[in-house]
This record gives sequence, C-alpha cells and structure tokens, in this order.
Amino acid sequence: MNELMKVSSNPHVRSKSTTANIMLTVVIALLPAAGFGIYNFGLKALLLILVTVASTVFTEFAFEKICKKKITIGDYSAVVTGLLLALNLPVSAPWWIGVVGGVFAILVVKMLFGGLGQNFMNPALGARCFLLISFTSIMTNFDCDAYTGATPLANLKSGEAVNILDMVIGRTAGTIGETSMIAIVVGACILILFGIIDLRIPGTYIVTLAIFVSIFGAHGMNWPYISAHLSGGGLMLGAFFMATDYVTRPITKKGQYLFGALLGILTGIFRIFGPSAEGVSYAIIIGNLLVPLIEKITLPKAFGKGGEKA
Amino acid sequence: MNSAKERLVNGIVKENPTFVLMLGMCPTLAVTTSAINGLGMGLTTMVVLALSNVFISLLRGIIPDKVRIPAFIVIIASFVTMVELLLQGFIPFLYDALGIYIPLIVVNCIILGRAEAYAYKNPVIPSLFDGIGMGLGFSVALTCIGAVRELLGAGEIFGVHIMPESYVPVSIFIMAPGAFFVLATLTAIQNKVKIAGEKKGKDMSKIQSGCNSDCMNCSDSGCTHRLYDEKAGEGDKK
Repeated sequence: MNELMKVSSNPHVRSKSTTANIMLTVVIALLPAAGFGIYNFGLKALLLILVTVASTVFTEFAFEKICKKKITIGDYSAVVTGLLLALNLPVSAPWWIGVVGGVFAILVVKMLFGGLGQNFMNPALGARCFLLISFTSIMTNFDCDAYTGATPLANLKSGEAVNILDMVIGRTAGTIGETSMIAIVVGACILILFGIIDLRIPGTYIVTLAIFVSIFGAHGMNWPYISAHLSGGGLMLGAFFMATDYVTRPITKKGQYLFGALLGILTGIFRIFGPSAEGVSYAIIIGNLLVPLIEKITLPKAFGKGGEKA
Repeated sequence: MNSAKERLVNGIVKENPTFVLMLGMCPTLAVTTSAINGLGMGLTTMVVLALSNVFISLLRGIIPDKVRIPAFIVIIASFVTMVELLLQGFIPFLYDALGIYIPLIVVNCIILGRAEAYAYKNPVIPSLFDGIGMGLGFSVALTCIGAVRELLGAGEIFGVHIMPESYVPVSIFIMAPGAFFVLATLTAIQNKVKIAGEKKGKDMSKIQSGCNSDCMNCSDSGCTHRLYDEKAGEGDKK
C-alpha cells in the first residue's frame, strides 16, 4: 500500500465546471430563443446569427494570433457574445451589421480591455449600443416578411392596444431573439437548473420594473399593461442572459440585489420617460459601469473586522 | 536659426501637444467632427499661441513673478478676442462651427502651458517658433482626428465625398464617443510607430540608403530614424 503523502499547493478541492462548460450551457440555453427566432423570421435570421457568431470567433482568434496571446476561442465565450448580439439584431439588418457588431464587441469591448474576465461592459450589449447609435435607422427597422410596423412596446408607448398572448408566444415584430418570452424562459430554466445563474439579479430586475411601471406608467395597477411591459422588448433576454453575465455583474449578494433594482429603475425611466420605447440595453450597460461602485459599498465585513472598538 | 527648426520639430513631433503631451483635450474631442473644423481650430489656436508667446516673452522682464498667471491670461484673452472678432467678420461659417470653443481658447492648457514652461523663460524668436511649432502640432493632430471622424462618420474628407456610394456612414464617429475612439486609436498608432522607431533607430544601414541624415530638413515624418537622437523620447518621460 502506498502511504506517500501528496504535496501540492492549494486549491485542493477543484470543481469540474470550467469556463467552456458554463459557456456551452449558456449557448444551449439560448438555442430555444434562437430557434424560435429562425422559425419566426425565416432563414435570413439563421444566416445573420451564423455571420455574427463567425465574426466574433474569428475576431478573437485573429486578435490573439496577431498579439501572440493564448488562443481562447475554445472557451466558447466568443460564441455566446456572437449569439447574444445576433439575437439583439432585427432580422432586416444586412449581414455586415453582424460583422461590424461582432468585431466591435470582441475587439473594442472585450480584447482591448484584456479579454474574458477583464471587460467592464457586456460585449454583446456594448456592440448593440454602438450599432444602435451608428445605424439607428437600420437597427430600429423591424419590417420583415412576417411582420410590418412597430414593436409591441412602441405601440404600447403610443397608446395602442397590444396582444399579450402574441407577445408571450413571440409572434410579434422585434429583434431575432427577444420576441418570445416562452423560449427565453425555457432557456433561463436550463441555466437555473444547471446552477449557472440564480434568480437574484433577474428576479429583482423584473419585480422592480413591474413596480416602477405600475407607479409611473400612468395606468395604475393595470395588469395587462404591466405584463405587456414585462414580456415586451429585450427585458427577458436582458434580465436572464445579459444582466447575469459573470464578468460584468457584482459579485456580492447584496450588490446583486442592488444591481437588479438599479436596472429595473433605469429600464423603467428609459421606457416611460425616454424618447425610445426600449431601454434594456442602455440600462444594463450603465449598470455595468456602476458595478465597481456597487461592489465597493456592498463589500461584506471580514470576520473580526468592524463593530465596536474595544 | 537652428533653434527655430528644433522648436518646430519639437512641437509637431516630439512633444505633439495632443498625442504626446495630452493637452487641450476639450477642443480636441469637441470640435473635430470634420477635418475643416479641426484645421480651423488648430490654426486659430496656433495664431493665439504664437502671438501670446511673443508678447509674454517680450514682457518676461516686466511681469512680476507672483502675478504672472493673471498677466498671461490677460495677454492670451486679448488675442483670443481679436481672433474671435476676425473669425466672426471674415470666416463666419467657421465661427459658427466652432462656437463656444473659440472664447474657450483662453483657458486652453496648451497656451498657458507654453507660456509658463517656455515663453516666460526664453527669448522672443525661439518663443515665436515654439508657439508656431506647438500650434502646428495641434493643427496636424486635430486635422487627422477630424479627417478620420469625417471619413468614417460621413464618408467625406474636407467635404469631398470619398467613400463609395454603398458605404453607410457610421454616425457614431461624428458624435462624442467617436472622438474618444479615434483619439485613442491614433495615439496608440503613433506610440507604436515611435517605439518601433526607437528600436529600429540603431540599425544605421537602413538610414544611410537614400537619406542624407539631415532629419531637421527632412519632410518624411514617418522616417524611423527621425526619432532616434539624443532627445528622442524626451516628451514621453515627462
């Protein structure tokens, strides 16, 4: 019997979960939303998704090759970024929008700040806002073969009636991945079951937005109005898949509640008082920028520190 | 006259106020929405800088040390007012485009910086060329930033359409965020060129071919040897 002691440096207990595993689970969880988007908007949506994912992965590869860094495309984080970005594009967008967005997301938002784990802002959302500011008319044109006209949230803002059932199922105009609440929630359940995310941020986010809308929405506790706000736009996609991004969310528990509440309030302000009907993207990237401050004020006290001085 | 040339090169390349000293960021970021605006702002600043340097240098024996900053400001503000009225009278479109940033030249830190760091301690002629050199460096930088932003954001340079018809302007570049992107990228590129230049500078074989080694009179600003002399990198260390 071998009685030799093994000497090794810590950590001694290692988890089997790796970045690649987690990212792959996120990709799988995004597939229902992506699949519904393709079913809803046709094959052009699939093409746009493929082009965007290819451009993010290739940008990461090319940057790391040129800068002679370790190639990290094997961790699938670029795939997640590309997929999320594509789900945030309208189907009528030309293919080069996906390429420009993908390159911006990886090169500017992620790689220039040091790669995965160092970026201060969600790359997919950073790129979406870049595209939204640069190509406003393309990014807000939701006309396609299946639907014409405005998104449900824009209709809601202008005071027209919306069909809640259609919004929950996803038979509405919008970006490729945001329309179907059901598909996104199925994906979110996968993430929660596998322990990738928890409900702290999305839960607080959604509840805060509901409260904000019922107070300031000028409709009172009108249930259809509130549920239209919750199922419309990028809220579900943003709350479950983007606000919970490991890199750009606060790491303290209290901070996560605060972060979720902040996102809910910001989204409410943008949606109700802002000129645009949608506000999830801007709310989350502004929230991302405030994460260092949130972490600073919610840092738990170490055992034995603080309290009364003897 | 050698010191005059040295001052010009110093202002344009070695201590370029925008890319090396990082001074005067406010007008740099705000008015460079097009190449012509950048050039206009740069030249306006250059005129004020050169004139104020000359007068501060002339008066350096008279101005008491304790009140030198107010004295500088009075001199600079007088020239800014003159330039502002001249612009309003003769180049109204530039006056409209630059707006509040013309009176704000008074508080441009390049001008006060050069007054304090150079003109107040040096004779008139070098001060004049220091002002022109710094002003030209500022103009070159602003024109470059403006040209890139205009090209990407509107598909034009100096109002001439350059990009093909199918090009969709990336309008973020003529808005505020674009200024930061372009400034950062251009600064990174020129740092990269300078660092590479300092490394390659030791390789004399390349320089002797087709070059008379007279860097001060050489128009090739991309030449790597240009940055390799005793004073290379002086600006970076400050």
